[in-house]
Parts: sequence; C-alpha cells; structure tokens
Amino acid sequence: MAKRDLISIEDLSREQVELLLDTAESFLPVLQRDIKKVPTLRGRTIVNLFWEASTRTSSSFDLAAKRLSADTIALKASGSAVEKGETLKDTAITLSAYGPDIIVMRHPSAGACQVLSANTEASVINAGDGKHQHPTQCLLDLFALRQTFGRDLGGMKVAIVGDILHSRVARSDIMGFQLLGMDVTLVGPPTLIPRGIDQMGVRVEHDIARLRDADVIYLLRIQKERISEGANFLPSLREYSRLYGMTRARLRPGQRVMHPGPINRGVEIGPDIADDDENLIALQVFSGLAVRMAILYRTVVGYSDAGSEEVL
Amino acid sequence: MDRTWHKPLPAADLLLRGGRVVDPRSGIDAVQDVLVKRGRIAETGAAITAPKGAREVDVTGMLVLPGFVDLHAHLRAPGREDEEDVASGTLAAAAGGYVRVFAMANTDPAIDTAAGLRGMADVARAEAVVPLGFYGAVTRGLKGEQLTEMAELAEAGAVAFSDDGRPLATAVLVRRALQYAKITGRVVAVHGQDDSLFAGGQMHEGPVSARLGLAGIPSLCESLDVARALDMAAYEAAPLHVHHVSAAASLEALSRAKSTGLKVTAEATPHHLTMTDEAVVSLDSNVKMNPPLREEDDRQALVKALKSGLVDCVATDHAPHAPMSKDVPFEEAAFGTTGLETAFAVLYTDLVKRRALDLGTLVTRMSQAPAAIAGGEPPAIRPGALADLCVVDPRATWTVTVEGFKSKSANSAFLGRRLTGRVKLTVAAGRVAWEDDA
Ligand SMILES: [Zn+2]
Ligand SMILES: [Zn+2]
Repeated sequence: MAKRDLISIEDLSREQVELLLDTAESFLPVLQRDIKKVPTLRGRTIVNLFWEASTRTSSSFDLAAKRLSADTIALKASGSAVEKGETLKDTAITLSAYGPDIIVMRHPSAGACQVLSANTEASVINAGDGKHQHPTQCLLDLFALRQTFGRDLGGMKVAIVGDILHSRVARSDIMGFQLLGMDVTLVGPPTLIPRGIDQMGVRVEHDIARLRDADVIYLLRIQKERISEGANFLPSLREYSRLYGMTRARLRPGQRVMHPGPINRGVEIGPDIADDDENLIALQVFSGLAVRMAILYRTVVGYSDAGSEEVL
Repeated sequence: MDRTWHKPLPAADLLLRGGRVVDPRSGIDAVQDVLVKRGRIAETGAAITAPKGAREVDVTGMLVLPGFVDLHAHLRAPGREDEEDVASGTLAAAAGGYVRVFAMANTDPAIDTAAGLRGMADVARAEAVVPLGFYGAVTRGLKGEQLTEMAELAEAGAVAFSDDGRPLATAVLVRRALQYAKITGRVVAVHGQDDSLFAGGQMHEGPVSARLGLAGIPSLCESLDVARALDMAAYEAAPLHVHHVSAAASLEALSRAKSTGLKVTAEATPHHLTMTDEAVVSLDSNVKMNPPLREEDDRQALVKALKSGLVDCVATDHAPHAPMSKDVPFEEAAFGTTGLETAFAVLYTDLVKRRALDLGTLVTRMSQAPAAIAGGEPPAIRPGALADLCVVDPRATWTVTVEGFKSKSANSAFLGRRLTGRVKLTVAAGRVAWEDDA
C-alpha cells in the first residue's frame, strides 16, 4: 500500500477534499443500516495512538475503522510506554512490528507526525498535533457545512471566534474553508490572535458586533489555562464571556453556530445557543464518523476516482 | 599570556604550489607559492624551490586563505562528551578551515572558576588539534545571580566573558559584568534575549509562526535586550560583544552605538545569513535554533551589515546535540545547529557565488576580524607569520550528509544541501590539523 500521510490540510488539493467529502456522503447509507458495517478494509490494521486525552476523536476514529472492518489497536498515553520514557521514535519502530497500514496519532507537539512518519511505513493521519493542525476536524466541519448549505460552499462567510493563537482547529479550518472558496474572518482579543495571521488572507476583528454578515459563527473552546497566572492572555473567563461569548441576542437570524467541542457552557457559548437545535454541533459530531471512514478508506485505496463505486 | 592551547603536533614543512593567495589584510590576491618552514611562513612568491624535507603540495586552482577563527562554539566538554569533546570539536573546526576556536562556558559544570578553566586548558593541551580558548562564565553556574571571579578567570586565560545559552537577565547584572571588565580587560559578550518575551517560544514570530501554530519569538525579544546592553556599555564606557545578531532591529541599535564611538562588536552566524523562518515549515528540528531563523528582510539586513562591517565577524554558534535531543517532535527539540564544518562552504555558496559578498570580505569576517576581537595575532599569509591558513578548493561541490561530519553530532541545518567550496588542508599554529583525503 502506498504511503499517504494526512498531516496538514495543505496536503490535500481541492479535488481531493471534494472527493473525500463525496466518499463520506456515500458512507451515510451504511450508517443508517441495521448492520452498520462494510468489509472494505478487512485485513487492514489501523493503530490509534493518542498521547493526549481525547475521547471524542479517538472513539470516532475507532468506530470508523470498525465500521470498515479493519483491525484496530488503541494505545493511550496512560499506562503505556509513553510514561515509561519511550520516545516517539521508539514507539514508531515498535508499532511497525505489527505492520499497520495506518497510524492515527494525536500528540501535544507540532512536528510529531513528521517524526512518526519518518520511522514507519504506515500512512500517518494527524488527529491533532500541538497547536499546528487538525485536518480531520476541518474535513468534518466542511462535511457538516455541505450537509447544511449544499455542495457549493463558495462565497460563504465564516467567522471563527476565540483563541486563534492556541487553536489547531482554527488553522486547519482557515485553510480548508479557503480551499473551498469561503471567506474567513477571525474574531477575538488581540492577545489570542497570532501576529502575522492576516497574511493567510483572513480579516481580523476584535469586536464581536462586527459579525453581522457572517453565515456561520465558528466558536472555539477557551481553555482555563489562558487565565492562569503568568499567561495573562485573558484577565478572566467572565470578562471574555461578556466580550466574546455567543448568545442568542448576539446572533442574527439565520446565522448558524459551530463548535469543535467540548463546549464551555457559559464561556464561549451561551446555554440558549448550546441547547437549541439550530446549531450544527451535533451534526459535526455525526459527520466525524462518515468523514473519518472516508479518510481511512482513501488513505488505503488512494484518491483516484476509480474504485469509489466498490465502496459499499 | 596564553589564551589558546593545543596539542603538540610536529611543525609543518610545506610548499603550497600555485594557489591563489587571498589575504585582504595584506592586500594580496595573487597566484603565489607559499613556503612553510618549521611552522612559520618562510617565503611567498613565484617559483619557490622546495627545500629538502619540505613536502610539496600542488594547490593549483585552489584558494590559500588566512585560517578562520570562531568566536562562538559549544564544544560540550566537560559534561556532554557524547555530543562533542575537545578532540572531535577541534577536528571538526580544522575540517572547516578553522585555526582557532573559542568555546562557550555553558558546559556541565560551567567554566566559572579559574581551576575549571585551567582544567580545560590541560584537556586542550592534550587533545585540541587547533588552538582552543575558553570563555569564562559571567555568573556562577550561569544562574544569573552571583558574578564569577572574573579577574582570576582572566588570569587563567579566559578570552572573554559570556553566559551564552542564557541572557543576562537583569540590567544590574549587565552593569556589574561591564564594570568588572575594566579590571579583567576582557570583553563581555551577550546573548540578547528578553526572557519574558521569549516565554516558551519555538521560532521567529511572524506570518510563518502564525500559520504553523508555533509559539513565536519576536524580533523585539532580541533587540530590546541588545539595546539595553549597548546602553549600559555606553554608560560604563566598557567594551561589549553581541553574540549571533539575528534581527534587523538589533542592527539598528548596534549602528547607533557604533556611531557614538562605543567599543562594540558583533557576530552573525552562517545560518542567520543564509536561511529564513520559511525553513521551519518542514518542522525539521535541525532548523530550530535560538535566536531563531528570521525573515528575509532580516537576513538581507544581516548580509548588508556583514558587508559593511557593522557586523564584524561570522561566528558559527556550533551547537552539537545528541539524537535524543533532535530526533523528537519540533516542539520538544533542543535549539541549535552544528556549523564548524559547513560555515565557509555555506557562505561561499550562498553569498560569494551569488555576488552578495566578495571573497575578500568573507575571509576578513571569518578570519582576521574575529581574531582581533579575541585579542590574538590575526592569521596572515606573509613571511615571518606563524602558519595559520587553509586551502580551499572553490570548485569542489559536495553534499552535506550525516556520515560526512567529524563532529560527534550531525544536527546540521544544512543536511542535504549541495555546497560549493571544500576545505582541503588546514594548517593551524604551524601544524597540519586537517587534510582532506577525498
Ligand atoms: Zn546564544
Ligand atoms: Zn551559543
């Protein structure tokens, strides 16, 4: 099997992204069946290597692999070699003994996927590396957008609100949204907007009142450590919530809200929005499964159109 | 008094036949033979006959240059001899055309006492293939708290004082070090870095760090600290040397200080002169260094400053690291690249061949200017001088590979680069320190 890493959303062309989303769509009927399983990746081995706790992403990948009948191995940071001082390189070499086809990895440090890839024959899928990239989140966000607004997302306006500086989701989404012709505005306090990000072709705003023209408001989770002593990115979550927290009153009718989860109710997202069914948050979670099935499948069979019929 | 030490090798008797001698300080750029007798340059000129016992080396088409001097190398001894030691570090230096090297004090233990420095001088006497000198630490254990006994360190032969690896964190510490320099007569050198702005930084702060999601180290992190040290040097009327300038803003501060007649000098590294933060897109840990690679504007300003002499010299900041420190994700990797074996070829390939700098200026900045800052006799190719020279094949091309290093470490930012210019022979303090057998 050819090695096809997915480390950054930049690894994909527009055509490849669209093919992935189409492939994900073709898996939807499977997920509605009684027996939600296809034999597509039978005999393939997929390793889930999570060096950072993430129940959502790891279970989404695990289930996606199982739906495709792949054999899976899950390694989590707690209780594994990670805490025994084994380096990532050692782990990569050890895992290679199983001859995995794909290693899905989440890691706290940017550059981890490159180290892994250099030490394994398996294709590496980045499930989040430091503050760098989270390409599968971006793809599922695009899928949720397509399910909601139709196939052509060109010209749509998205505002990403919150801690851009520390967000791998923001970075992948900016690139992915732009790849499909969407217009991106970033909103947040200046302490959490990285200097120079405007050169990615985004508009930067510090006032949440200036989002009226956005079709979609994408909220990012605010981590508590941003207010810790010495960090000084924010004086308090209370004030953040007052300045940037999204509430019903701040939304224009028709604006849809997204969030990569888990949400901080009452901080970046008001309960009135979190609880209504206008938001796309549940759809994002659902999309994760179909999209990750598509990613695993395309990583094995490749991105040429031929073969997509034999999926089911 | 000795400020460098080396192993007693036999003095060279050599006739270098037909090379292009470039010695900007003596105003020479001509094809000449160079006769070295018992380690000293006996004669230069045309058609010299080799005396009995002298080995004749045909260097037709090659450059015969004053040997290079590195004011900034981390040779890791004592403490991390797995990464580098005096023997391997000085051999790497010789292979790069260096005839004199000065090692930083941030070892384990740090070179912060006269006894420690004398101990390393003994190691150099036993192992160093090119003359090796040592910086003394400014503060004990480089902790930034208590001054070292700088006068005693100077008596023991410390070439200058530096806590490199760490900035001098407070203004008063810079001040005390500069005041003490009046007793020692040695220069204080600073690694410009405001720690509060550095704060976990991984690379230069700018569009590339924003795109990669790596914590940024702003140019101001360097320039604010450099400006403060320069102001203090002016206030105390004491000499100051600025390590590895990387940001254009630091050059502006340097230029203001020099224009007032302050005795201040500065160095720049081959990597900052030839690479930018764009290289970090690869997330290759070998391009992670401190100060970080900056933007193209900074790089061009640095080249211009090297040309004009605002930046006095090239220094490698040779920083060998064990694979355990570099074979890890970018964000977890140690800062630093090796540099002794690639410095000349990198600068020759990227600056001289592209006409951004002429060969004579490069030679001055790599040889005679740093030698003067260290307070030693600058290498010169003239009769009577101790033979401190290197022979370079300016047409030889080679690829930088892990296997090709004499250094114990291979963490080079230039791995994979195809370079022009290969050091064929190095004579340091009258001894053949390196001969390329390839
Ligand atoms: Zn330094
Ligand atoms: Zn250094």
